Amino acid sequence: MSTSSADSSPPVSGLDYDDTALTLALPGSSTTDASDRKRAGAASHADKPPSPKARAVGWPPVRAYRRNALREDAAAAEAKRLVKVAVDGAPYLRKVDLAAHGGYAPLLRALHAMFASCLAVHRAGEGSEGTAAMRLVDSVNGAEYVPTYEDKDGDWMLVGDVPWKMFVESCKRIRLMKSSEAVNLSPRRSFK
Amino acid sequence: MVVTDECLEMIAASFRNFQVLRLVSCDGFSTAGLAAIAAGCRHLRELDLQENEIEDCSIHWLSLFPESFTSLVTLNFSCLEGDVNIAVLERLVTRCRNLKTLKLNNAIPLDKLASLLRKAPQLVELGTGKFSADYHPDLFAKLAAAFGGCKSLRRLSGAWDAVPDYLPAFFCVCEGLTSLNLSYATGALFHGMVMDLIEDHGLAVVASSCNKLQELRVFPSDPFGAGFLTERGLVDVSASCPMLESVLYFCGRMTNEALITIAKNRPNFTCFRLCILEPHTPDYITREPLDAGFSAIVESCRGLRRLSISGLLTDLVFKSIGAHADRLEMLSIAFAGNSDLGLHYILSGCKSLKKLEIRDCPFGDKPLLANAAKLETMRSLWMSSCLLTLGACRQLARKMPRLSVEIMNESYPLDSLPDETPVEKLYVYRTIAGPRSDTPACVQIV
Repeated sequence: MSTSSADSSPPVSGLDYDDTALTLALPGSSTTDASDRKRAGAASHADKPPSPKARAVGWPPVRAYRRNALREDAAAAEAKRLVKVAVDGAPYLRKVDLAAHGGYAPLLRALHAMFASCLAVHRAGEGSEGTAAMRLVDSVNGAEYVPTYEDKDGDWMLVGDVPWKMFVESCKRIRLMKSSEAVNLSPRRSFK
Repeated sequence: MVVTDECLEMIAASFRNFQVLRLVSCDGFSTAGLAAIAAGCRHLRELDLQENEIEDCSIHWLSLFPESFTSLVTLNFSCLEGDVNIAVLERLVTRCRNLKTLKLNNAIPLDKLASLLRKAPQLVELGTGKFSADYHPDLFAKLAAAFGGCKSLRRLSGAWDAVPDYLPAFFCVCEGLTSLNLSYATGALFHGMVMDLIEDHGLAVVASSCNKLQELRVFPSDPFGAGFLTERGLVDVSASCPMLESVLYFCGRMTNEALITIAKNRPNFTCFRLCILEPHTPDYITREPLDAGFSAIVESCRGLRRLSISGLLTDLVFKSIGAHADRLEMLSIAFAGNSDLGLHYILSGCKSLKKLEIRDCPFGDKPLLANAAKLETMRSLWMSSCLLTLGACRQLARKMPRLSVEIMNESYPLDSLPDETPVEKLYVYRTIAGPRSDTPACVQIV
């Protein structure tokens, strides 16, 4: 038992720990006594140098599932993918963070929320798998808007054709185009 | 635990009266398995998916509950990542008049939450998924009205991005809440001292509104960050909630004084789990170990059944725990203590101890062997990254035939290794059936 630190525990009656060696480390590993170990700080083993960012495995005790969910939140909060959003006829543009959304549906919901004063989200009916084709509709004159985006090559594409992650990578800006102008884009598709 | 779609399909096909499916921390299955359950289990009462990793096959499993299916009492799909057909969910919720527990996933936006609540005002337990949105007065009003209709709501959980803005929306249910499970997610709020106060303040507001609270769980938004909650939040909660019995609290800093105050406020704690995020963190004002604070907890809370300790701690705290925690059944220790005495105090005291889990503490062979008999009165002991040797474990196994001594070391097989070999992970439990035969390769029984 350590006798070096005066404030550590006194001997327990009936049990003689003075016989036992203080150096509790095992042969082969570096020996440090208790007070050194205390000074080692956050390191999980006494012979590791303390490092401010040292993280013990499995600490803090948050379940893997929850930790992953929170890490995704944290990473997403840092790695923003902000792109400009223009709506035909609106007086100013907005910016949306593509990385903050999990897929096309949440993105369209967010776009609707941004331009809520002039747009409503219309469900064009449900497909056989329960997916809804989403269109943004001007609640004043009923004009439909089609979500389009400019990709890395500078082409204007219909939102929804490629997998979400690919879209996030390649989208440079978004334009909600009046559907009368969108006639020349690819045919309407439902997307999740 | 690994569960496959085939398992779920087998359950659905074989058990016509199957009623309760609860999967916790499982993986290996997908929405296809859920579809089989939904389609096949006509009398299902509980589908409770807690923190599983579920593969999304884009199968709309919810739609497979038949229109005639009305028996659901619990539906928890909070861990599901993908979108869910909200119209189908609304119809399901509407027709299951006995639905008491509903836990949603992140894909359900706040306005849909409001309409779901209107369809199920009888709910007793609600998980809101991601309670995040920019503040909109219309949405706020909708939510407040919807919550207002839920007169039976007692348990609330969810991840909140915008706590202060939307908190008042459910003030009306706060009075009746007995359990609150919060994960604060990162957002624009959290930087610097001032924001810490807002965080604690947010918790204080919750606490003062929910004074029937019996259980509170607060998880860290960033498990590797400094921790945005401080001791203030917990002190406030302990003062405002006289029925509070169970706490799980992650924070960045603590003081002995705060813990002593908390102990005085709430002698009725049965479960006190405090996790200060950075190991070895002392009292941030006095720089002393937190021995005095945790000692106050065990001395005051005579009914304490579960305790998790953290921060800078010496053997002294274990002396208190061993001496005072007579009803303690489960104890979790990490990065604490300074000698074998710490473990000895625990194993020779703690009359009711059943489960002990220890990691990264300087506890060695002697207290383990000296208290071998105690281990037979317990359910289990887990020790990892401590100072145990293989020789001591062999000795323990020889001495105590009714214990199963399991070791998980990087290098195996263990048989050829010398007694001095350090033990990385030890799991000991009592058994009357002898050693088990289904150990995975990484586990060896000595």
